[in-house]
Amino acid sequence: MKAKTFKAGGGASPRLQQNWDWRAASNFICGGAGGGLLFAAALLSLAGTNVRALLVAGMALIGIGLTCVWLEIGRPLRAMNVYRHIKTSWMTREALVAPVVFGLGALAFLTNSVIATVLAGLAGAAFVYSQARILNADKGIPAWRHPACRPLVFATGLAEGAGLLAVAAPWIGLGVASRTGLVAGVLLLLLVRVLAWRAYVRALRSSGAPTGSLRALAAIDQRVVVGGALAPALLLGVGILGFPGSVVAIAAAGVLAVAAGWLLKYTLIRRAAFTQGLELKHQPVRGRGVSGPAARPGWGGAG
Amino acid sequence: MTRYVMAIDLRRCVGCQTCTAACKNANATPPGVQWRRVLDLETGEFPDVRRSFMPVACMHCDEPPCEEVCPTSATTKRPDGLVAIDYDVCIGCANCVMACPYEARSIVDEVRFAYGDKPIKSEEVRFDPARVSVATKCTFCIDRIDLAAKTGQVPGRDPEVTPACVNSCISGAMSFGDIDDPESKVSKLLAETEHFRMHEDLGTGPGVYYIWDKK
Repeated sequence: MKAKTFKAGGGASPRLQQNWDWRAASNFICGGAGGGLLFAAALLSLAGTNVRALLVAGMALIGIGLTCVWLEIGRPLRAMNVYRHIKTSWMTREALVAPVVFGLGALAFLTNSVIATVLAGLAGAAFVYSQARILNADKGIPAWRHPACRPLVFATGLAEGAGLLAVAAPWIGLGVASRTGLVAGVLLLLLVRVLAWRAYVRALRSSGAPTGSLRALAAIDQRVVVGGALAPALLLGVGILGFPGSVVAIAAAGVLAVAAGWLLKYTLIRRAAFTQGLELKHQPVRGRGVSGPAARPGWGGAG
Repeated sequence: MTRYVMAIDLRRCVGCQTCTAACKNANATPPGVQWRRVLDLETGEFPDVRRSFMPVACMHCDEPPCEEVCPTSATTKRPDGLVAIDYDVCIGCANCVMACPYEARSIVDEVRFAYGDKPIKSEEVRFDPARVSVATKCTFCIDRIDLAAKTGQVPGRDPEVTPACVNSCISGAMSFGDIDDPESKVSKLLAETEHFRMHEDLGTGPGVYYIWDKK
């Protein structure tokens, strides 16, 4: 008789979520960057720069993200039902912030009012925050529900927005003061993001998480730290020195900052999103009359 | 108050999957979707190895994370403890799937039957187009529970108003009833045994108790 083979974990191990594909990831990627761009543009508008094109770009990114997620839901014709649970659902709140973003953004575009632009920027930041809370509320995915995930997703959204602003630097005609302010802002946000990233990975490891999540995050660590913080910081340093073509260095730094953020979020949504898995806290007492050790297959770190 | 819960005696479960089959038959879930399944766990190292079976499904939590994140209010917590889904309201966004730490929810986007394009008899009777492209999960056989209110029968005692999986269990490992009633079978069983609930540390307050030893 052929011996029966058993799968490790017997179906209890964490598995990579399959319900949110690239379309859902695109909402977090585009929506986060778009909200961040609106916020960064609002700050820049305080220096008297015309940011109308940036407002359009920010709203377009959020629109693309929302369209992607609309294409993903099972019953798109019922999409308006998303507004029915503001009491506790951050997805409802994100959906409520979106029209506010578009309304204020359109008003700012049409009137060129600094106040409207600042309000649109704040709404953009609120959109990014809502997205961070959506992930954080999903208890089934340990890599998302960890408290350190929320500041990371928020920080990377703002850093991507600032990065996009840097990408646009050659076209928006910045003065020396504005350029210095932009470089300082991007540098600060990159620093905050890389610190949030490292704190997140460390905290996840120390509290315990599915090994698949830890592996997926470790695989991009170098790209997030070197490609998403150190290299752009160097380019920004070159950019601030004011050599000819230095604005190109700033734009290149922006590209790296954005690319690293998008990689981070794609990894978080698609590659590190392992489920909690199932756990046998106590083995049933049978036969020898003693319980065996608890079984929690597929988990790593200290947890 | 009434709070329906399930108690599963792990000492009795033999991993026969009869509950899985009974659930499939009662609810006509499509291929690949099991509202109830039995995990087969091998632990330890030779020669000290153990094999345990653990039936899992929706835990009908006290604080259901699926209900909290649902943007449509399609998922609701009923006063009797059951977590229900309104298929006509759900948009299939899968946020609840991500929120559930018990992997209890599924979304299937196309009509599928067990054997090809045509439904078998039980599927013919029970196929519900409203369940396509929306979240689905174990309902604790909600229709039967609701029937009890009309007939005066007692869920967990009378088979007609008891979940199919509990009725089918060959070893009597599964019990169902009102934990707020001290005279119910589950209340008495839980009072005299050692038990745990899965992932309690997440604050979900699951409504399924796993019995692992006597007191």
